[in-house]
Amino acid sequence: MLKDITIGQYFPGDSVIHRMDPRFKIVCTLLLIVTLFAGNSLWTLVIGGVFVLLVQILSRIPGKLLWKSLRPILPILLFTAVLNLLFVGDDEVLWEWQFIKLTMGGLQMSVFMIVRIILLIVGSSLLTYTTSPILLTDAIESLMSPLKGIKFPVHEMAMMMSIALRFIPTLIEETDKIMSAQKARGATLDSGKVMERIRALIPILVPLFVSAFRRAEELATAMECRCYRGGEGRTRLRQLKAGARDYIGFAVSFLFMAGAVTVNILSK
Amino acid sequence: MAILTTEGLTYTYSAGTPFEKTAVDHVDISIEDNTMCGVIGHTGSGKSTLMQHFNGLLKPTEGKVFLEGKDIWADKSRMRDVRFRVGLVFQYPEYQLFEETVYRDIAFGPKNMGLSDDEIRHRIHETAQMLGLTEDMLKRSPFALSGGQKRRAAIAGVMAMRPKVLILDEPCAGLDPRGRAEMLCQIRDYQRKTQSTVLLVSHSMEDVAEFTDKLLVMSKAKLFCYDDTAVVFRRAEELKALGLRVPQIASVMGALRKCGYDLPPDLYTVEKARDALLSLLRKGAAEC
Amino acid sequence: MAEMIEAQHLVYRYPPEIGADGKPGAPNPPTLRDVSLTIRKGSFTAVLGHNGSGKSTFAKHINAILLPEEGTMRVDGMDTADESCLFAIRQKAGMVFQNPDNQIVATIVEEDVAFAPENLGVEPKEIRRRVDEALKAVGMYEYRNHAPSQLSGGQKQRVAIAGVIAMQPDCIVLDEPTAMLDPKGRQEVMETIRRLNREQGITIVLITHYMEEAAEADRVVVIDSGEVVMDDTPPKVFSQVEKMKALGLDVPQVTELAWELNQAGFAVSPEIITEEECLAALRALLSRASCAE
Repeated sequence: MLKDITIGQYFPGDSVIHRMDPRFKIVCTLLLIVTLFAGNSLWTLVIGGVFVLLVQILSRIPGKLLWKSLRPILPILLFTAVLNLLFVGDDEVLWEWQFIKLTMGGLQMSVFMIVRIILLIVGSSLLTYTTSPILLTDAIESLMSPLKGIKFPVHEMAMMMSIALRFIPTLIEETDKIMSAQKARGATLDSGKVMERIRALIPILVPLFVSAFRRAEELATAMECRCYRGGEGRTRLRQLKAGARDYIGFAVSFLFMAGAVTVNILSK
Repeated sequence: MAILTTEGLTYTYSAGTPFEKTAVDHVDISIEDNTMCGVIGHTGSGKSTLMQHFNGLLKPTEGKVFLEGKDIWADKSRMRDVRFRVGLVFQYPEYQLFEETVYRDIAFGPKNMGLSDDEIRHRIHETAQMLGLTEDMLKRSPFALSGGQKRRAAIAGVMAMRPKVLILDEPCAGLDPRGRAEMLCQIRDYQRKTQSTVLLVSHSMEDVAEFTDKLLVMSKAKLFCYDDTAVVFRRAEELKALGLRVPQIASVMGALRKCGYDLPPDLYTVEKARDALLSLLRKGAAEC
Repeated sequence: MAEMIEAQHLVYRYPPEIGADGKPGAPNPPTLRDVSLTIRKGSFTAVLGHNGSGKSTFAKHINAILLPEEGTMRVDGMDTADESCLFAIRQKAGMVFQNPDNQIVATIVEEDVAFAPENLGVEPKEIRRRVDEALKAVGMYEYRNHAPSQLSGGQKQRVAIAGVIAMQPDCIVLDEPTAMLDPKGRQEVMETIRRLNREQGITIVLITHYMEEAAEADRVVVIDSGEVVMDDTPPKVFSQVEKMKALGLDVPQVTELAWELNQAGFAVSPEIITEEECLAALRALLSRASCAE
């Protein structure tokens, strides 16, 4: 069901990770992503894994939720695994059948790739799960603020992002409803040839667009009524203020990643 | 004769997770053919979930649904056919309009049924007339109509499939008093003309009191009662205990009866109450 | 000054639709013909009318979303046509709309309530105080960290009201705030509105077509085809049953019953709007008619 989508969802809490300055969280997540991609030894994964596990424990986000965020990408994981199994190879043949050859190298590579993707997804999910979307966009706005110098509309971008995040659940619910309604009129959404399937989407997409535009118009009026006039002179309920804790958190993350990179270089 | 029957119908959302919630709990009901039935209950009482079982949009976790005596889940490949025989109009149906003209939008359901063009044309014109949509409106874009007309165009799209059972979820939501009254009269006329069963989900006790023959009351996932409207409103006190409002008249008349006045127990519309009070007042005057 | 809103001879027509040829079509008939209305500070006024009567158009003038073609609209003495007063007016007279989903901007309740004070450039500490106070005033403080999608319709609408209260307005204009809610949600919103009016003295202008809601106001203004056609206390307005029905509006069932009996020649005043009043009147009537006397 569409309702199972958890991307961009936030799970309120009061853990150390929740309270960390979102700008630092974003930078740490970026560090993790870069490290995972740069590293190609087992040790990178082990250190990255320990780091992610540590963050998960500190954030008190239940493992079940992380599993939920992984579920939609299972097909991709499976595909990556099969691809690596079949096409990466060395001499140590484990099993052979006609032209299919499974090798030790392929197996290692596919396990490596799966773990890497899982760590990437879990790591970035931990960021969105522990940071309210508003703080996240605030942080992005703040991190990107140097771009204001070149007339880049940073505030507008951040506003658009946060409104998009706000309306994801609303539009998902609406799509569900429209689908049910058209099904009740005999629309078939899950069978037929490709062209038929595409045509079958029209009764869903047209109402969805019409409704999105109507919502946008009403929202714009409502925002104006609440004295919205762009980013100029706007204050914030939450000021982003980095404290000692954030620097410590960042230092710890940095050490972890630096360790992973060092080990990676040494192990070559 | 019963058109829709359920046996031990139970539906549990997110079964097996911590969010598990039973929305419909062992409902046994048998709804007659050719009747106008009101469906009432709180938000979350399970009435919408129950309605979505009647045309197979939801599959019961437990129990069965029978349409004209046949289990609708016996043969899954015939589910589309079930949906044509049990029409479902959701709340704010005007947000599902999508075609270029009202005519084509109404034709969507009948076309999916595989009807001939002549039959479709006939049904569209008949339905449009019942709902007060003019020929001129049929040619226009649905998005160019007024709110009430859009609502009617969307309802016509389901009515034109001529279902045996038509379920309407709050068809009057957001309409003004005159619009409500017109809509309800048109729905009643449709029911009488087609001799079908109409299930009217509503929060307005005044509306169901005036326009329905039967009432289905849901409370906390269970069927509270299903009976003649007059009989249900005799139980005004119980309905109030469920947290449902009853029409003002029903509670005032109930209070008068409690004071010992000789009034019939089923006064729930202004007309009935007026007539009963007038006869009581005149009788009192005559006796003196 | 005791007047919150002063509308004088308002005339407004919506701009014509742009046709397929890119030229504007025929001019629309005026939606507001000649509306003059003053609303006192601290009052609770309901504006009744059927769809298309012009009641929402009137509401949009209070907030300077629309500007009158003719006539003037003053909010707390400020002319809405004066652009320099725009934000002062919007802050003085906040507006709540029909669809609760389409007026909540943020993904977390308290961040949404903070939206208006943030726009007004209020100090963060003061925003915090206002947000907490506003959420408490509408009974949604415990939900401050919830996502709007987790709330019921009535709760969302209360958050929207809190979002307006956080601007510290003198007046709240609500444009059919309960039209999309179930009975429970409607009750929640009505209770909140009443409380804000009584306890904080906020002027309330409630646009509605539900007569039960209008019956709770101090004053009912009925608008029909862009004109004020009735303006009085709820019992006085509703007791004109024939006129109300002709305008396409409902009256409370008990009012209608009393009116019917009155028409049949019995001594019952039709100025009855609650069940209690009706019961008392009927008992008095029945005991007079019985032979006991």
